[in-house]
Amino acid sequence: MFGWEFPPFNSGGLGTACYGLVKSLSKKNIGLSLVLPFPYECDFAKIVNNHNFKNVKIKKLNYLLKPYTTSKIYNEDLKKIKKDKIHSNSLYEEVMRYASEAEDIAKSEEFDLIHAHDWLTYEAGIIAKEISGKPLVIHVHATEFDRTGGNGVNTFVYEVEKRGMEKADLIIAVSNFTKDKIIKFYGIDSEKIVVIHNAVENFSNKKYDFPLKDKNKIVLFLGRITIQKGPDYFIYMSKIVAEYIKNVKFVIAGDGDMKKFMVDKAGELGILDKYLFTGFLRGEDIEKAYKLSDVYVMPSISEPFGITPLEAMTNGTPCLISKQSGVSEVVTHALKTDFWDVEEMANKIIAVLKYKELSQSLKQNGLNEVKKFNWDEVAEKCIDVYSRLKG
Amino acid sequence: MAGVCFYFQVHQPHRMKHYRIFDIGKKEDYFDEEKNKQILLKVAEKCYKPATRLIINLLNKHPEFKCCFSFSGVVLEQLEKYSPETLELFKEAVKTGRVEILSETYYHSLSFLYSKEEFLEQIKLHKEKIKEIFGYLPKVFRNTELIYNNEIAKFIEEQGYKGIIAEGADHLLQWRSPNFIYKPTNTKKIKLLLKNYRLSDDIAFRFSSREWNEWPLTAEKFSQWVSSINGNGTNINLFMDYETFGEHQWEDTGIFSFFEKLPEEILKNRDNSFKTPSELVKEYEPVGEIDAPHFISWADIERNLTAWLGNPMQDSASKKLYDLREKVFASKRKDLIEKWRKLTTSDHFYYMCTKWFNDGDVHKYFSPYESPYDSFISFMNILEDLETRVD
Repeated sequence: MFGWEFPPFNSGGLGTACYGLVKSLSKKNIGLSLVLPFPYECDFAKIVNNHNFKNVKIKKLNYLLKPYTTSKIYNEDLKKIKKDKIHSNSLYEEVMRYASEAEDIAKSEEFDLIHAHDWLTYEAGIIAKEISGKPLVIHVHATEFDRTGGNGVNTFVYEVEKRGMEKADLIIAVSNFTKDKIIKFYGIDSEKIVVIHNAVENFSNKKYDFPLKDKNKIVLFLGRITIQKGPDYFIYMSKIVAEYIKNVKFVIAGDGDMKKFMVDKAGELGILDKYLFTGFLRGEDIEKAYKLSDVYVMPSISEPFGITPLEAMTNGTPCLISKQSGVSEVVTHALKTDFWDVEEMANKIIAVLKYKELSQSLKQNGLNEVKKFNWDEVAEKCIDVYSRLKG
Repeated sequence: MAGVCFYFQVHQPHRMKHYRIFDIGKKEDYFDEEKNKQILLKVAEKCYKPATRLIINLLNKHPEFKCCFSFSGVVLEQLEKYSPETLELFKEAVKTGRVEILSETYYHSLSFLYSKEEFLEQIKLHKEKIKEIFGYLPKVFRNTELIYNNEIAKFIEEQGYKGIIAEGADHLLQWRSPNFIYKPTNTKKIKLLLKNYRLSDDIAFRFSSREWNEWPLTAEKFSQWVSSINGNGTNINLFMDYETFGEHQWEDTGIFSFFEKLPEEILKNRDNSFKTPSELVKEYEPVGEIDAPHFISWADIERNLTAWLGNPMQDSASKKLYDLREKVFASKRKDLIEKWRKLTTSDHFYYMCTKWFNDGDVHKYFSPYESPYDSFISFMNILEDLETRVD
């Protein structure tokens, strides 16, 4: 299995999803050689021990790769690293080098099938397939059209994605929303695509005290602050909400290239005093952010799945999600709007802050509903896909 | 002798507009006239007109054929406005003297549960409407959605009614049959007619179900079932929504031709006959007493109130609505009183029900709103607006 990010070194849902899937596959006695790029400075042995999966061998590759990377960010990262530790100097070369190292692994490992997660690993998957003659499953957690919001699609990334989809024996898409994109933008036959929705791990029942909550209503944004996640729509929505709910605070958990835009825009609209930026959060801090909040908003303009609303639900936080998301196909107990309809988004957020019975109902029904999303079931469906290819 | 007693419920609510928080204090029109008109015209074409023409034909063809309708006041006023020709057909049927009309609340409301005063007012308004349109005075009462208990029976008896209608729920009847007349506990003279839900639902719900082992249901077969009750009952109460014909069961299921043949088939057995509720009440004495300390209804498997009340949203919405009553009436504004009353229609609370709102059931769930949450938000925003107008 080729992955590219894994907790604690993840910057988004891809790492969360891979972790959940690997854990459940390992429980179901599926033997995995998990190939992962890790940051140079990390203590590799410690991470592997921490996870302690049976049946799973983790193969470490030293790379800079980040799933949500653009050439620009890559080049910046590159400058930060000592030259002698890195061999290639472009995103293209990096992907190809990952693939060539995959070649060695494919030659030395015993396996029945290749499972590759998202575009950076597709080339590796293709090479492994060519060497071994084993079937290739690619798992589409996102496409270039989601990450860029459809503007400024990187043709290199697009080509890699398309080639991966074409060479794959079967494609797993994380939603029908994504399946449709694969058909529409990559010209792939729908017969080849299996939809397997993501799941969520149960969070703890820990309770926290939040003095901030005593006098304020809290609206949460949690995710990378990039165009895909709709931070601009969040800002415009917040302006309307602030007019109706005097004691509201907007908590922005995450980081990204549009953070400056958010700060500037909030200032311009005269609501910066209502904003709190936490930076990128991990582990228990994420749980705290959800529990602190009265409503979690995911205004993504194109979200292949969206695990965060499920996380919010496990923490008993009502959600408002954009209809342009995979998760909205499977979740019923959440408020939903189009990402561009900021007025309707504001209308619903005000309602959930104002009418406590609405909030109560979303919380209770959400806690019940979210139980049905577990990784064991996802693993079960992946195993079905594997059997189809083996048999 | 087994007298077949058909009663058809005719009702359409005034559905609300999507009413946003920003509309409060600005928008006075709460109801989606365009959508209500569309739905009414559609149902009139598919059901009301063809089914009523069929009934008129049956009345002309079989002097023994009889049936009964209950019209909500809100459907009558919509018919007057959008489909007067449908109303003419109903009038034509009633003129034969073999079609009974039941008494109910004008607004198809749950008012008995919240305000006896309002309940009585709405019954009175309904009576006036029926008199105005049909020149008819109802003698038998049916409460909204067949909501019933001992207290309602007693209350209705005190209003001078001779009969009342309820669901023949298993837990009410226990070992007894719905095919007799009963006396409600703590009453003197009023008689209770109970729905034979098995035979009623064979037509209303199972008629087109291919998984049902009695499919296809023919008039011959159904008449045999009716005849088999001879000696074990005096009446077979077949109560259902009128929309069964052509709307719930589409024309291509054969529902109309089934019904067309049914009187003839039933009358082939000379022990069978058709009766109206008033005739049954007049002709038969109770065979026993029915004790209903708790509310029952004709909805769902549970036959209780949980389709309309019980979740936090439904409870707070109805409480807030009835809490507003005094203020609305004190304003002496006829337009606001009428709007308030339109909001008492049970359908608004039905749309807020979350108990079937899970995956798979979602298709069975009919509502003009995207979710129970959406309908709650509009309803509460409307109440806020109404409150500002009467304060």
